[in-house]
Amino acid sequence: MPSGRVLVAGASMAGLRAAEQLRAAGWSGAITLVGDEPHMPYNRPPLSKEVLAGKAPFESLAFRPRASVADVEWRLGVRVEKARLAERTVSLDDGSTLSYDGLVVATGMRPRRLTCPGPVEGRHTVRTLADAQGLRAALTRPGARVVVVGAGFIGCEVAATAVGLGVEEVTVVDPLPLPMVGPLGELLGRALRKRHEGRGVRFVLGTGVAGFTGRAGFGGFGGFGGLGGEDRVTGVVLGDGRVLPADVVVESVGSVANTEWLDGNGLDLADGVLTDALLRVGGRPEVVAVGDVARFPNARYDGVPRRVEHWCIPTDTAKHAARTLVAHLTDTEGELAAFAPLPTFWSDQHEFRLQSFGAPFLGRDDVRVLDGDPDGDVLVGYHVDGRLVGVVALGGQAVAASAARYRAELLKQPALTV
Amino acid sequence: MKVVVDMNKCQDHGQCVFAAPDVFSMDDAGHLLYVAAPDETLLDEVEEAADVCPLQAIRIEA
Repeated sequence: MPSGRVLVAGASMAGLRAAEQLRAAGWSGAITLVGDEPHMPYNRPPLSKEVLAGKAPFESLAFRPRASVADVEWRLGVRVEKARLAERTVSLDDGSTLSYDGLVVATGMRPRRLTCPGPVEGRHTVRTLADAQGLRAALTRPGARVVVVGAGFIGCEVAATAVGLGVEEVTVVDPLPLPMVGPLGELLGRALRKRHEGRGVRFVLGTGVAGFTGRAGFGGFGGFGGLGGEDRVTGVVLGDGRVLPADVVVESVGSVANTEWLDGNGLDLADGVLTDALLRVGGRPEVVAVGDVARFPNARYDGVPRRVEHWCIPTDTAKHAARTLVAHLTDTEGELAAFAPLPTFWSDQHEFRLQSFGAPFLGRDDVRVLDGDPDGDVLVGYHVDGRLVGVVALGGQAVAASAARYRAELLKQPALTV
Repeated sequence: MKVVVDMNKCQDHGQCVFAAPDVFSMDDAGHLLYVAAPDETLLDEVEEAADVCPLQAIRIEA
């Protein structure tokens, strides 16, 4: 029976899945999870949709941990502060220091914030339950005017949910010319813009945000009296000087990796934590990274290390990293395979769904309609040198299911060499 | 083993079908079908299906 402790830094989905997969890979030693949120791990995709819409109580978001992790230690509401990898210790912000035999980096991301000048009050992000609850309270005030900064998936989901809540003025701002154009390319970017506009979302594209206008708070907004005196947002100043009136601003402009606690260990932390093909960190066999903080090479594609923020990644990385770590901790012989997940993501906006398999962003310069038409249900293929590298369905359930039929084909393909 | 899918939560993502094709499938309209009492030997697959369900709608009862 192995002795020792695996410390899992981060207690969200990736941390939970790492603990479960450590058990599944045969680790019967101690496991301690440390996470800064007060909650047990919960499912985040509903935060920009069902939670904002008031349809999902917290209990419905909580993951049901596997029975195999009933004996792990949870230290919630505590932040990892400083890792000393050479000593195999991590100090926490409650003053304690934990030593470990294995370390799983699962500290995830936090929203990137706009740094341009203006008041802070009235500006929101959507990452945690507390964020979503605060934004819901703001969106449901009568007459709220909403500006979403960032026309990516989360921004567009929030805009759709706001319209669904009856908010009359919802504007999405982005310096790029079309929504979601980075991951999906122009054909679907145009189709998505049209759908959103048809349901009442306004877009201001091709311009960034230069600042925010505000006014001193006098407790005039119901429920915010306690914050009286602080400036509140009244508008968004665009790069071209125009001002969009706004009571509620949602910043969905990407994310920043929670890796400061790993500073000073000689790691590549340029964008998340760089790993090798087995998800090991810094050449240390006892340290692995999982979830969206891990910047890993995908052996299925070009070998370029990337962070991936899809919902499936915590589970995929946890499975692979746990095998890597347990093999090391238990001195198990055997060849470990390079990590090669097939990326999968979806997004629900208004009543339609986007469903993606593969790596559409690699093939966004060669986009072909495989079935249907961009104004209705459509299935789109993305190609590199004529070879299919990704499929995306947009529309109802039937077309989403048809994308799944291409998944097997994508899985069978040999590695892409660029 | 008993598998229960909360059909109020299920949104037909189909991730469970990839994880446990012997237990979960889609009909022609893309809606979920599943075997409610699969063989015990399929436990690993079904656990994986429960993990990857975006709505966390799958429950396994011993």
